[in-house]
Amino acid sequence: MSEHPTTYVPKSAFGKWFESRLPIAGLIHSSFIAFPVPRNLTYFWTFGAILVFMLVSQIVTGVFLAMYYTPNATMAFQSVEHIMRDVNYGWLIRYLHANGASMFFVAVYVHIFRNFYYGSYKAPREVLYILGVIIFLLMMATAFMGYVLPWGQMSFWGATVITNLFSAIPVVGDTIVSYLWGGYSVGNPTLNRFFSLHYLLPFMIAGVVILHIWALHVPGQNNPTGIPIKSGKDAVPFTPYATIKDIFAVVVFMLFFAWWVFYIPNYLGHADNYIPANPAVTPAHIVPEWYFLPFYAILRAIPDKLGGVIAMISAILIWCFMPWLDTSKVRSTAYRPLYKQFFWLFVVVCVVLGWLGSRPAEGWYVIASQICTVYYFAHFLIVLPVLGFVERPLPLPNSILESVMGVQKGGAGIPAGANAEPHSKG
Amino acid sequence: MMKRTLLIAAAVLGLSAPAFAAGETPVPPQQKWSFQGPFGTFDRAQLQRGFKVYREVCASCHGLSYVAFRNLAEEGGPEFSEAQVKALAAEYQITDGPNEAGDMFQRPGRPADRFPSPFPNENAAAAANGGKAPPDLSLMAKARTYERGFPWFITDMFRQYSENGADYLVALLNGYQEPPAGFRVPEGGHYNHYYPGHVIAMPKPLSDGQVEYPKNEAGQPQAPETVDQYARDVTAFLTWTAEPHLEARKRLGFQVILFLLVLSGLLYFTKKKVWARVGGEVEGHATPPMTHNP
Repeated sequence: MSEHPTTYVPKSAFGKWFESRLPIAGLIHSSFIAFPVPRNLTYFWTFGAILVFMLVSQIVTGVFLAMYYTPNATMAFQSVEHIMRDVNYGWLIRYLHANGASMFFVAVYVHIFRNFYYGSYKAPREVLYILGVIIFLLMMATAFMGYVLPWGQMSFWGATVITNLFSAIPVVGDTIVSYLWGGYSVGNPTLNRFFSLHYLLPFMIAGVVILHIWALHVPGQNNPTGIPIKSGKDAVPFTPYATIKDIFAVVVFMLFFAWWVFYIPNYLGHADNYIPANPAVTPAHIVPEWYFLPFYAILRAIPDKLGGVIAMISAILIWCFMPWLDTSKVRSTAYRPLYKQFFWLFVVVCVVLGWLGSRPAEGWYVIASQICTVYYFAHFLIVLPVLGFVERPLPLPNSILESVMGVQKGGAGIPAGANAEPHSKG
Repeated sequence: MMKRTLLIAAAVLGLSAPAFAAGETPVPPQQKWSFQGPFGTFDRAQLQRGFKVYREVCASCHGLSYVAFRNLAEEGGPEFSEAQVKALAAEYQITDGPNEAGDMFQRPGRPADRFPSPFPNENAAAAANGGKAPPDLSLMAKARTYERGFPWFITDMFRQYSENGADYLVALLNGYQEPPAGFRVPEGGHYNHYYPGHVIAMPKPLSDGQVEYPKNEAGQPQAPETVDQYARDVTAFLTWTAEPHLEARKRLGFQVILFLLVLSGLLYFTKKKVWARVGGEVEGHATPPMTHNP
């Protein structure tokens, strides 16, 4: 996945024969073994590996669930209960899948905010970053449709509320909604097509993930200083250094995951979803899953339906413009004392929006949502462009190595016996 | 500092705080349950008593359609004997068919059958109960909850509080009382302190001494024959029907977590050793002397 020629030399005769026909071993070698990794990466850089693990975990558990699940409005709820009660370890697979969705979002939010903090979205990583935004949008679509499949009350009414949003689109809105529904209301055809798409989208995510990793291997990884690798001493080879760190981080994340799955498997769900879908009874409050709440709050902050939908979609699409909205020449927030404060304020606003999304849309909750929504967009449209001009950043270190030496004396650079000579990248 | 803040942010983002008709509905008191916590297990005698309450009281109106008779003998549940379950199933009449002549017929139940519902369909159930069908109870302990609010929904994650539904059911079954002065209960409704909105269609189902409990050696009932005890016992039983593999889940969870703890420890030291080759792990960034400007 890297454009530089590989140093990989096949040892066996078969290896040479194969490599000259399909140089996949060399590709893996240059991408995941010899690939130079900044030596000062923190654990925030392990979330890429954690996300790959979560994607694989979701696909594997999902494939097994699909062997027992029945996408039919009269049988879906029962088939989920069949999995929970009668299928051997069905409860485990289903709880892994349901909680896995939340864990996937926990990891992706850490990954996204790490990118915001260290300016990873800036040149030359714009395409890499925008591919990440596309993955996030696909994840949202997949998670939403997955939540509909158990066909409980919140599945049904969540689907009704969200699909109805498309009717706000002028002229073609109603047509789009009837295509989504496959009829004149949420029903069996809706469930069928959501199941089909829920099975399809993860493989599209996997495809975009490959592009995302490819785009990562061209400029290389960003790092806490935000300055590029300048010499071999700034980097270590991916294997074993990043590999072992990633594996350790994935296992620690599995511990966190296990806590939810085995001890509080229904904490992140809604009790209403253990009631079979009933089009005649509306739940008291229709609330999306926690990972959608900030966007749900933005949707409801705007009194106009179309305006709310536009605001909600813009709240994510605006991320795509960050590389150009941010005018600062310094990548890492570590060297931006003023922006650091705005960054944490932005984090707080996002958390508060999430909380407001779980509240009923009434009274001062609405006003608070409106204030937070205005600030959310101001962060991108005002803070990011203006700070680049008015802020005086701290001096940057000359190199990653110099920065590292400041943290710990006596670093040794690349050892003579390391697997491969890391390539220095500008 | 940033790491810690991010952790807290992640924890707060983990809020799902399911919202419910809150209003002035009081918060149910938290009970002590044998099945709470990481090592929780069901109390077999309690599940058996709870089943008796279900069968003699609730079953006249409420179905238990996801539960099969055989489940009552399975590990991690009330663990009745196979013979008991066989005899119990045979007391029920199950509609089967069509037979060779094309007719539906009635036959005694078998352990593999699920509990037959008290009404042939939802409309019949509604018609017989003042317009509202009594809900199936199989999943009731997971299908009801109450709002925890800040900051309890955060502490719940750490103390593994997941008995919201059970606590609510006990409160509800104990919550029948005289309406406060000035509160008008509509025709066909009943006042319940813990029901959202206070007006529930179900009349007070339990009264003291209604269900006879098995006697111990001294000839005394093994648990008090009171509404409160009935409520706890039937709720424990319904927690099992909602989550029949709860014991297996917690047992496996402990093994998995123990395994992952050891594995992560080994990986940590392996990582340390590997990184020692390049002079140890160095993370993050430092602010260099103020002599150099970008």
